[in-house]
Amino acid sequence: MTEPILRTESITKYFGAVKASQDVSLELRPGEIHALIGPNGAGKSTLIKQIAGNLTPDAGRIWFDGRDVTRLGTVARARAGLGRTFQISSLAMEYTVLQNVVLGALGRDGGVMRFLLPAMKDKALVAEAEAALDRVGLIDLKSTRTADLSHGQRRQLEVAVALTLRPKAFLMDEPMAGLGAGGSKRLTGFLDTLRAEAPILLVEHDMDAVFALADRISVLVYGEVIATGTAAEIRANRDVRTAYLGEDA
Amino acid sequence: MIRETYLNALIMALLLGIPLWAHVAGQPFTITLATKVAILGLAGVGLNIALGLGGMVSLGHAVFFGIGGYAMGILAHHAQTYTPLMEAPLLIEGTKFMPAIWLVAVVVSAVVALAIGALSLRTGGVYFIMITLAFGQMFYYFAISWPAYGGEDGLSIYVRNEFPGLNTLVPIQFFAIAFVALSLGLILSHLIARSRFGLALGAARQNSERVQTVGLDPMRVKLVAFVISGAITGLAGALFADLNRFVAPTMFSWHLSGELIIFIILGGIGRLFGPVVGAGLFILLEHFLGGLSEYWLIYVGAILLGVVLFARGGLIGALSGREVAHD
Ligand SMILES: Nc1ncnc2c1ncn2[C@@H]1O[C@H](COP(=O)(O)OP(=O)(O)OP(=O)(O)O)[C@@H](O)[C@H]1O
Ligand SMILES: [Mg+2]
Repeated sequence: MTEPILRTESITKYFGAVKASQDVSLELRPGEIHALIGPNGAGKSTLIKQIAGNLTPDAGRIWFDGRDVTRLGTVARARAGLGRTFQISSLAMEYTVLQNVVLGALGRDGGVMRFLLPAMKDKALVAEAEAALDRVGLIDLKSTRTADLSHGQRRQLEVAVALTLRPKAFLMDEPMAGLGAGGSKRLTGFLDTLRAEAPILLVEHDMDAVFALADRISVLVYGEVIATGTAAEIRANRDVRTAYLGEDA
Repeated sequence: MIRETYLNALIMALLLGIPLWAHVAGQPFTITLATKVAILGLAGVGLNIALGLGGMVSLGHAVFFGIGGYAMGILAHHAQTYTPLMEAPLLIEGTKFMPAIWLVAVVVSAVVALAIGALSLRTGGVYFIMITLAFGQMFYYFAISWPAYGGEDGLSIYVRNEFPGLNTLVPIQFFAIAFVALSLGLILSHLIARSRFGLALGAARQNSERVQTVGLDPMRVKLVAFVISGAITGLAGALFADLNRFVAPTMFSWHLSGELIIFIILGGIGRLFGPVVGAGLFILLEHFLGGLSEYWLIYVGAILLGVVLFARGGLIGALSGREVAHD
């Protein structure tokens, strides 16, 4: 079996008395989409934040690309190859769509201490950014101010920015939310092809998308992983049905 | 409504045309006023890089203005008294040579900005304002309590410093120096705003989490901007001291830091020419209203209130019809 690119090792995180992560051990393997599902407040976003470096686990470790990154900050983890999208989109709202993506290309390039030549006329950066916008279907909106985008479009923009980083793994927190049926379907198709470039840890409430995409699914309830397996295994799992899927089954 | 570029060209034309006219008409005082606008505008252009582009509300930029001023004062004082600054371990003498003074002003301001920025940027929001203010007060009281360079009374320099090929005592020639310095500051600010660095800095102002997510350190970007900002304001301080041939602790005072912020708000936050317009308006008001009443700042307050309430883009925003800077 191939080595996982990302691995959490018994991560535990409390917010006061709230158990947000309880002994969570997960793996993300090359080429896969690993979906993380669970009811509201289960601790999915908290787990993503710990992997991305916004939160430090109370206990446990995080391995990425062969090294222990538990003590690294978000910047170092992004540079190490973690590309991330947020549940509540986090963009430079005054910038245009294109500027946000060029920022991503700049992050990947790293040459930020350049003061004289205009960034938006930097052919390499702009070409990279436009290619990413094209892939997520936002190229026609490149001159729109980000604040004027719909919530769904902001999600897509975050995916485009993450693409420019050419990461070794993607962390996506509910990228389908707010997209509508057509948009969800298109993004599902896109993520399906994206896994060949880098594996995706996908938090998603849209079960159609999850079951269509996921190679493996982990179910999180009250901070605890109650099951991990293929889509078929998860569907058949009785604990999962009562704890979570039971709601709509 | 005028396009911002044309408006900027008009501002430069006025700032250049008025003193030229005054020179021909034999009105040296008008030239001095224009010189003051250019120099304080430059100080504001410096602050605008931190405040407008980087969103760092520094209430301590007088520190750099004062450092520039004292760099000029101390170097020129030693030159005019023929005493070295230091004999051991190496001999450092004073100088009346402007470019050398400017270099010292810029370098010392940059180093101090690095230290102040590194400490202040650990905080944000109102704490950042307070810490920068506290640094300003420290420098102010230090200057007051430093008798070697005049303490509270400051230092007078008898003859304006020298620039090769110019007679700096002729008002229009000294104005030319200030005008060129302002122009270079504006060009630099314009380039920075559009550069890779400026893109990251603007993003850091809007959302530091976004910058981190693409693998860039927003604090580092802001710190570098703060250093550039301080260095430019420091250069303005050296010119200001030379204009007055006098430097005093008031150059470090928080009133001055506040005035620089007022210039920017009046002109338009983050607008390239905002600080120039703001400084121009402020000095005109000081000149015309200051003669009528010693409480002329009341009128500045009223105008400031009007701008904040009704014209968020400042004068530049109101005249160019664009509320939002940066695109
Ligand atoms: N910063 C915080 N401080 C205190 N409690 C928090 C914090 N962040 C999250 N929590 C709590 O931790 C639990 C897990 O929250 P989290 O946002 O990770 O859930 P989630 O699975 O992402 O939910 P959703 O599906 O609604 O996005 C919740 O009970 C939440 O209220
Ligand atoms: Mg969540």
